[in-house]
Amino acid sequence: MSSATALSWFARHELRLAWREWLAMMTGQRKRKRAAVIGLIAFAALLHLPAWAVIGRFAGLRLPLDKSSLIVITATIALAWSLMLSQAIESVTRVFYARADLDLIMSSPARLTNLFSVRIAAIALAITAMALLFSTPFIDVLVIGGGPRWLAAFGVVVAMGLSAAAVAIAITILLFRLIGPARTRFIAQILAAVIGAGFVIALQIAAIISYGTLSRFAVLTSDTTAAYAPDVDNLVWWPARAVMGDSEALALLLALGLVMLGGVMALFSGRFADTAIDAAAQGTSSRRTARERKFRTGTRPQALRRKEFMLLWRDPWLISQTLMQLLYLVPPALLLWRSFADSSAALVLITPVIVMAAGQLAGGLAWLTISGEDAPDLVATAPLSASRVIRAKIEVVLIAIAAIFAPLVATLGFASPLQAAITAGAIVVSAASATAIQLWFRVQARRSQFRRRQTSSRLATFAEAFSSIGWAATAALLLAIPVAGVISGLITAGLVAATWKFSPRRG
Amino acid sequence: MPKHLQIKVASDAKPYGVAVMKPDSSALSVRGLTKSFDRLAVNSLDLTIHAGEFYALVGPNGAGKTTTLRMVAGLLRPDAGAVSIFGVDALADPVAAKQVMAWVSDEPMIYDKLTPLEYLEFVAGLWGIAPAVSEPSAQELLGSLGLAPHRHERCEGFSKGMRQKVALAGALVHAPRLIILDEPLTGLDAVSARHVKGLLAERVRAGCTVIMTTHILEVAERMADRIGVIAAGSLVAEGTLAELRQQNGHTDTSLEDLFIALVTLEAAAA
Repeated sequence: MSSATALSWFARHELRLAWREWLAMMTGQRKRKRAAVIGLIAFAALLHLPAWAVIGRFAGLRLPLDKSSLIVITATIALAWSLMLSQAIESVTRVFYARADLDLIMSSPARLTNLFSVRIAAIALAITAMALLFSTPFIDVLVIGGGPRWLAAFGVVVAMGLSAAAVAIAITILLFRLIGPARTRFIAQILAAVIGAGFVIALQIAAIISYGTLSRFAVLTSDTTAAYAPDVDNLVWWPARAVMGDSEALALLLALGLVMLGGVMALFSGRFADTAIDAAAQGTSSRRTARERKFRTGTRPQALRRKEFMLLWRDPWLISQTLMQLLYLVPPALLLWRSFADSSAALVLITPVIVMAAGQLAGGLAWLTISGEDAPDLVATAPLSASRVIRAKIEVVLIAIAAIFAPLVATLGFASPLQAAITAGAIVVSAASATAIQLWFRVQARRSQFRRRQTSSRLATFAEAFSSIGWAATAALLLAIPVAGVISGLITAGLVAATWKFSPRRG
Repeated sequence: MPKHLQIKVASDAKPYGVAVMKPDSSALSVRGLTKSFDRLAVNSLDLTIHAGEFYALVGPNGAGKTTTLRMVAGLLRPDAGAVSIFGVDALADPVAAKQVMAWVSDEPMIYDKLTPLEYLEFVAGLWGIAPAVSEPSAQELLGSLGLAPHRHERCEGFSKGMRQKVALAGALVHAPRLIILDEPLTGLDAVSARHVKGLLAERVRAGCTVIMTTHILEVAERMADRIGVIAAGSLVAEGTLAELRQQNGHTDTSLEDLFIALVTLEAAAA
């Protein structure tokens, strides 16, 4: 087999693996390819409605643009790019740690540099494809409303995907070199969370400090930002101009993306192999817990709770997710702090954010503790009834949620005791609903399968999301329009009850 | 009673071992045990294992060995039949039955993010064993299984053999009276396998009852007091090696030859 043939064969192999992994994520290992594709098309079609509502009014924009419009479009592109970078870091880390074919590849007679170049390209392609998938409804809306010049936005998405992949690979490999494979996975996950949330949060913080609102647009459309922004012919605005159909800017962006990816391939494809070997070796070495301590006394449920807390504390996913939730809570907390001075009506906005975060976090924690049991036989053969086991695990979820959100609610209590009480109640109900849904739909799995937890039941995934949104809305409405809050609460309770009705654990 | 079999149960634990048990010489008694999945996996099985006995359950793949043991351990609910452990009805009072037994599967299920010592602390806590008893016992077990240098390392990097040894230590740390093992030697190197066999033999000498499935017939031949041969969900032969030979008209045959003869006969009859 010639070198070119071998490479094209390996590229096909990589794409097939990427496709099957994605399909497994969508279908939960079940052979429902057609249903997954139909579902995806339906979802993409449905996404056109919110896309129309969000950016439909911008379809008429034409070049040349004023500074304010350039700032808004550039910030939107930067936000999308930061999300893509976050996703790319997560994907690259996963490739390093999760690929089981490294031994086969490295023992083959093919040139490793070439093979890993293909793997880098496949990562970039997968990230770009995912970005295109989610951006298509938005670009469609702009094309339908404003004409084919908006088709250039697809090119910008491709350039963003290529550059995000290149930066993610460079960051991950540098992390490997700087802090070693043992810490890279953990740090990369935190970095991905911070990058993904950081941009939005930074804008919100700026908005709160300057204007006392959570709206990001307040900062972007302000005269102050426009005054400090570069002139309209500056290179910074080229991505915005490329989106609007400036072919010169688009060509430059695409070229830049390709050069970045090519550069990363040239620089790092040789080191990719070393990094992969280090990552694989990390899997065979263990971290030491240096502390020598005595066995602790306690009841059986206490032993179970202690184990769950220890595992949660040592779970890198959970740490990064909790960090992300906490980061999202920074703007409302800041708003809360500012509202002490001037009793702003915007304070009410804090409640739904907190309640939503509590519900989402509780769902993840509940999956990890209830479904993600790595030694099910041990727990099942222990002299402890199944109900006591479940009760101990639920207690862990609720204690963790209480520990995370209690300080925020307590602070809120100083500003508005009523709002604090409603928020606390909604946190409890939201966390309990998410936990109950996980309990009704629990399927025994390993903790490492967390990323695919949604594939075990789509109904549970949607129910958990809608329940969090529902209780968040209920809490906000109870503060603003109490009657509407009661109605919203009844609807959400009905939704949770309906979920129970359809759950496999009913009765 | 030997020192390592004396269990000091924590204050919250019910004294199952004292209050519930009836005088009975059998450690395990199974009557009419039946389980079907797509097909009949275990067919009205009767089995009695005496206290202090080492019993090996052998049989071809899919014969129903693991299903039988999982039902005994309370991991599977039988369709019909009764399981009694030291006189306790394991189906009616599973918690009391579980207090005195331990289960080790062929696939070691332990927590990657815990160290072996933390794992043993957790297991001892689940069984309600007082730390004053469980901690020295845990240290001793890790030492005898060659895991002492790794006791503060998280299990995530352990080989299958090391994981199996951690799981086995977990099964022994609460000093069970009945140990149920499903292919416990899978993945162990020769030295580790010898360690494990020595540890099990020592427990049996101390009065503990062991029931084990194995594909390694030499182990059954050397270690077991009695051997049960299971095929198509039924016990087709049972006894000491000498009794099995006698039952089949052989005087100087290895267990392997006997096993093949029995299983082939059973397959032909089916």
